[in-house]
Amino acid sequence: MWEAIESNRRRSRIIVGGMALLLVLLGALIGNAVVPRAGLAGGVGVALLIWMVLWMVAAFQGDSIMLSIAGAEKIEHADAPQLFNVVEEMVIASGLGRMPDIYVIPDDRPNAFAAGRKAETRVVCVTSGLLRLLNRDELQGVVAHEIGHHKNGDPALMILMGVMLGAIVLIAEIFLRGNFFGGRRRSSDKESGGLEIALFVLALLLAILAPIVAQMMYFACSRRREFLADASGARFTRYPEGLASALEKISVHYQGGFKANKVLAPMYIVNPMQALAAVGLFSTHPPTEDRVKILRAMGGGVGYVDYDSAYRKITGRAGCIGKRTLAADKPEQAREASPAPAETREETVTRSREVGNLVGRLDGFTMMQCACGVGIKVPPGSSWSSIPCPRCGRDNPVPKAQPADRSDGPLTFRRQGKGWQSFQCSCGASINVSPAFEAKSQTCSRCGKAIQIV
Amino acid sequence: MGGAVIAVVALGIGLFIVILVLAVAGMYNGLVRSRNETKNAWAQIDVQLKRRHDLIPNLVETVKGYAKHEQGTLQGVIAARAAAVGAGTVDAKIAAEGQLSQALSRLMVVTENYPELKANTNFLGLQEELTSTENKIAFARQAYNDAAMTYNTKIETFPSNLVAGNFGFKPEPLFQVSDQKEREAPQVKF
Repeated sequence: MWEAIESNRRRSRIIVGGMALLLVLLGALIGNAVVPRAGLAGGVGVALLIWMVLWMVAAFQGDSIMLSIAGAEKIEHADAPQLFNVVEEMVIASGLGRMPDIYVIPDDRPNAFAAGRKAETRVVCVTSGLLRLLNRDELQGVVAHEIGHHKNGDPALMILMGVMLGAIVLIAEIFLRGNFFGGRRRSSDKESGGLEIALFVLALLLAILAPIVAQMMYFACSRRREFLADASGARFTRYPEGLASALEKISVHYQGGFKANKVLAPMYIVNPMQALAAVGLFSTHPPTEDRVKILRAMGGGVGYVDYDSAYRKITGRAGCIGKRTLAADKPEQAREASPAPAETREETVTRSREVGNLVGRLDGFTMMQCACGVGIKVPPGSSWSSIPCPRCGRDNPVPKAQPADRSDGPLTFRRQGKGWQSFQCSCGASINVSPAFEAKSQTCSRCGKAIQIV
Repeated sequence: MGGAVIAVVALGIGLFIVILVLAVAGMYNGLVRSRNETKNAWAQIDVQLKRRHDLIPNLVETVKGYAKHEQGTLQGVIAARAAAVGAGTVDAKIAAEGQLSQALSRLMVVTENYPELKANTNFLGLQEELTSTENKIAFARQAYNDAAMTYNTKIETFPSNLVAGNFGFKPEPLFQVSDQKEREAPQVKF
């Protein structure tokens, strides 16, 4: 359908090729500097080996490492119905085919990312702060941007480039440290002629410059991919204002100190490492301000053509989308805003409470509600058997799984109604029962006991 | 000499035939892929319409408890749903689904007058599901139209039109509901 962004693919290939060349060159020169005359091929071999090992780790474990560093947890429809629905909508709109897994990070800083090298491992991940902050249209815009990354094949490309960047940085670092701290043992070697010294200096220079150049290449690619994902997001939702307004809301929030790292930073919708939006060759993301301006300058259209001309108008640069994609694009009109764009305070409060409950469940709290309506969260591992309500003072027993009938019978929890319910296992771990839960028993994730649910 | 020329010519003809067969096979496969995409997109619309039909009884049941004076509107929704479920031809289906959209939006306007209903978590959940289903119908139609247009273009343009004509590929109809409002997402106002 949207034959994804053809000429950008070629451009990316050139950048990947350039980085590979840099890696090989660095390996050759360093190899030669360490073992003069014989080290050339060995250096290349070691460089490629390091690259391959890093690639294997990233390819087979990268996504789960990334998700676990970020503290993300997989969720189901019942956990956050709106998020789940919005992802489904965008999968249909984009023709992506397979539904990605959805993860939530319990974190107040609003952010989101897409990960997954293959269709089977695709992930869309958002923070709880994002869910709390955005209305439906804005959330849809952000999700469309992430689905756009998947549709354009960005996670795979960024892993490929990130691994090369990592290998270059690692090799250069080892060489430089070895020289500064180990001294130059062969400096007194009589045989080392002028050419050798020149090559050594060249190796030193490259070891200093290569990581910088590679990083610039990586970030240039990443910035461009952000624009493309924005364009796809506008196309899929037919509502650029949703993403624009989301970016505006997100950008005023402090992002610093996020549990992410440099190589993974480009995957997020806004850079998680930067407290303030820095601009230039070393930023992973284009300035959010520009992204918002472009989305708002699309003049009622939502196609790639509209985005491209808005991009040229705002940045003053040549277009960002390939000719073939533009030629295949059909003009589309923006849709109207969803009903009730102005949110009432009540809706914001409801949303905030729902997200709070979601975070509580993900963090292992036992959630209960007093008869007066106040929600009470019992921290994991607490030994209280009952908690007085902070508003009305009523004593609320903490729901626990009890042995049924006889004292040595199996642990049992009685559900009341069909909503979310949580209770504690006899080991103290909290267990949540979702409205969609239909099985007869549940195993405690901490102690492994089977608990009957009736 | 003569034998060599004949061999070269034969080789040339052979090569030409191989290339031709490969090209035709490639175009045929492209057409099949495109047609399957179109069919899938059409099936997706049906899935979402079915989902909407499934949601309505629950919705009506929930609203009934709070909005006792809206029997007429509720009956309208039930009747429109029954008509949509029973519709046979594609045209009848499109018309009936349009009617259902309108009946639903009337119901949703009415619910604005019942604050207790709007505080009911069950109702809020159904409301989100209904909004999403309406969105999915709209996006599925959009995806279908895009797929069908790509497919139809392939059938009509050279050189794939030659392959399409010989193997019986027929163009698929596009969604063209005369009323612009209807073609857009059947917006449900909450």
